[in-house]
Amino acid sequence: MNNMNLTLKVWRQKNDKATGKLVTYPVKEISPDMSFLEMFDVLNEQLIVKGEEPIAFDHDCREGICGMCSMFINGQPHGPKRNVTTCQLHMRSFKDGDTIVVEPWRAAAFPVIKDLTVDRSAFDRIIAKGGFISVNTGNAQDANNIPIPKPDADASFNAAACIGCGACVATCKNSSAMLFVAAKISQLALLPQGQVERIARAKNMVAQMDEEGFGNCTNTGACEVKCPKGISLENIARMNREFYMANIKE
Amino acid sequence: MSKLDSKIPEGKLEEKWEKYKSTVALVNPANKRSLEVIVVGSGLAGASAAASLAEMGYKVKCFCFQDSARRAHSIAAQGGINAAKNYQNDGDSTYRLFYDTVKGGDYRAREANVYRLASVSANIIDQCVAQGVPLAREYGGMLSNRSFGGTQVQRTFYAAGQTGQQLLLGAYSALQRQVGLGTIEMLTRHEMLEVVTIDGKARGVIARDLISGKLERHFGHAVLLCTGGYGNVFYLSTNAMGANVTAAWKAHKKGAFFGNPCFTQIHPTCIPVSGDHQSKLTLMSESLRNDGRIWVPKKQGDTRKANEIPEEERDYYLERRYPAFGNLVPRDVASRAAKERCDAGFGVGTSKMAVYLDFKAAIARYGHTHAIKLGTHNPTEEQLKKFGKEVVEEKYGNLFEMYEQITGENPYELPMRIYPAVHYTMGGLWVDYNLMTTVPGLYALGEANFSDHGANRLGASALMQGLADGYFVIPYTLGAYLSKEISVKAIPTTHEAFVEAEKNAQAIIDKLFAIKGTKSVDHFHKQLGKIMWNKCGMARNSTGLKEAIQEIKILREEFWKDVLVPGSADELNPELEKAGRVADFLELGELMCMDALNRNESCGGHFREESQTEDGEAKRDDDNYSYVAAWENKGNNNYELHKEELVFDVVHPSQRSYK
Repeated sequence: MNNMNLTLKVWRQKNDKATGKLVTYPVKEISPDMSFLEMFDVLNEQLIVKGEEPIAFDHDCREGICGMCSMFINGQPHGPKRNVTTCQLHMRSFKDGDTIVVEPWRAAAFPVIKDLTVDRSAFDRIIAKGGFISVNTGNAQDANNIPIPKPDADASFNAAACIGCGACVATCKNSSAMLFVAAKISQLALLPQGQVERIARAKNMVAQMDEEGFGNCTNTGACEVKCPKGISLENIARMNREFYMANIKE
Repeated sequence: MSKLDSKIPEGKLEEKWEKYKSTVALVNPANKRSLEVIVVGSGLAGASAAASLAEMGYKVKCFCFQDSARRAHSIAAQGGINAAKNYQNDGDSTYRLFYDTVKGGDYRAREANVYRLASVSANIIDQCVAQGVPLAREYGGMLSNRSFGGTQVQRTFYAAGQTGQQLLLGAYSALQRQVGLGTIEMLTRHEMLEVVTIDGKARGVIARDLISGKLERHFGHAVLLCTGGYGNVFYLSTNAMGANVTAAWKAHKKGAFFGNPCFTQIHPTCIPVSGDHQSKLTLMSESLRNDGRIWVPKKQGDTRKANEIPEEERDYYLERRYPAFGNLVPRDVASRAAKERCDAGFGVGTSKMAVYLDFKAAIARYGHTHAIKLGTHNPTEEQLKKFGKEVVEEKYGNLFEMYEQITGENPYELPMRIYPAVHYTMGGLWVDYNLMTTVPGLYALGEANFSDHGANRLGASALMQGLADGYFVIPYTLGAYLSKEISVKAIPTTHEAFVEAEKNAQAIIDKLFAIKGTKSVDHFHKQLGKIMWNKCGMARNSTGLKEAIQEIKILREEFWKDVLVPGSADELNPELEKAGRVADFLELGELMCMDALNRNESCGGHFREESQTEDGEAKRDDDNYSYVAAWENKGNNNYELHKEELVFDVVHPSQRSYK
């Protein structure tokens, strides 16, 4: 595959108070082996040398696990492919002459900080309300004293694979955070260690989710499709069950 | 008294830590409430320390530069975590884990620290399982183990290829729980720029709020640096883009000695560089060496595709050279062997700087066993391949996907192409048995310290060390110091030491903007990386290191004359952040070369070409170099070497052999 020339339309916004707009940038000689973020590195290098301000975007591990990168590419979080984060999207998924529109995550609960960088601290606050098992360091029994059926352990792991990137929120027409919250509730609900705090966890995490201004779920399933880690919609059903049970038991 | 007192407790090796724990001074609960602790970094070491200390009752402030504590780079660790549980009944014990770690580190680690690490390893697994970390299980419900390099037992616990993620999210949960309870104040998107010392003791930090750009002053009775390693000095490494040495380096400039800076781990199995645009390298977990076989063609410059090269024309060079450990030799040994084959002209791929990691044999083997398990008699070739792929996918699915994303090749069909890359730094801030640096009240935990891995870290031991330090060591050793600080009231941040430290941080920022040069920060970082990789990388020699020192000095001068930092200081400005970090790398790089030049022996990951055995293995010089090199910063890029002699009471250093 040959190198490509592309047109980028990128959301530029000076800060949380400023009005943003899409700005057009041509980029040339882009190798198909580059990652999407490496293409942004190339563009930023050009902007810097020209004396312009580079585009601010979140990224860190660049191997698809830290959950920091967050670009809304051609109307889809993390771009056109499935099971991929922005940093793992490679330019071979595009073709010469393409125009690519890049925006930040769009959700009231994720305010823009600058350009493509948004504030996702709402997720941390939700976890702080119950996304844990209350076991202080030093209290643990021998790990094999808690046998866990492999299917339960695997299902719990699959939910725990969530990287907290927020693509589910960004892609949802309601800006719902249900898939994120459900993944954590499911991970712990599926394990024997998580039973003790089950009721409080479901109630408190859902309450915080609502308080942060995330929308509700209308079962479109877009979140599952765009989740880079393939977190299943089943988790939302499980969370709803946990939530109803919690309310009945109260 | 010597400046380097390692404070190792008296007594027999296996009794030291137990005795320490039962005799160390304690702080009563009422006093803990008025003692403030600053934790910089929220990876495995930082998050576990912050959570544990807050649970105990201390007032904790925790800082990270990412947008959430959950994103620290521990999250990217793939393969696993070691623990001497002996669940596999294969003869493992605390002593064996200790022994393997000291030997794996090529006898350049402290016995007492390593023994403590091995003895708390089992508690880590218990703690994480209690937190709800979904580690891999067998069908009977018990925990599963796999093998890692440099050992002959199965002691590695894992969660698919995402062990670091699961362990970090466990620690992050514990941390967020304390945030919710109000015992930890979590400051995300903050970068530490100075350590504040008062009367010689660490009393706080200056941190920059990365969103507003404001410099902030924070007081603490003690400061814990849990800020990871400095592999990004090489520009290309498997570290996260933001990983940096700044916190540790500022501490070093405030009096904390830097231990063994040249000890760098080059990981043997990474995806090779694809072009000049490359921003980072991606690891393929060492766990793949459980099942993957490493080979190159027997013929030099063979241009055939991997699948066209018949079995008898392949050189499985690790199995050939190291029959006892085969593909599971330690990382330093495997990396050098790959370099040796490529340098000799046997490399593969377009760059010829790669070797194959092949799963064909594993897929065939698993196909057979899985067919038996399913009761499929006389399976067809197709079925065998399908079954085999399914098993391999369950074990390593995410890694195979990642490989395909990056290279565009399907590793189920074609062998992976891999090459060594910078992955971890064994060196770091010098600490005593309490994990305290040479600055009283300033501690370093996890990869940020130098302590447990000697000259080479074994796979699955970084997660173990980070969590050991945070969950099980610092909660005891910090009390030893803070019990003497209970009468110290919180010092107002209007104190002149805070004012001075903030001025220093501001001066560097002002200086960077004032240059208004012509080249980006990345330009200098890439140049530095090239010098380091070529002359202070997998093989080092006296001439190259001397050249590197000169080249780095020149590059540093150019940086301070010609770097271009756009934007302003009072906003989110990633270029400014990078500039500060690269400025520190430009100083550290020189020290690394000086340390490598001083250590005229080969040990572990430090390979001096002048010092090798006849068959090209690392040759130690115990008579002259059985010490920790701890460097004191004397200002203006001058350093003084202090030595901590290593005493081996229990294991006897010998030529490391994996044959």
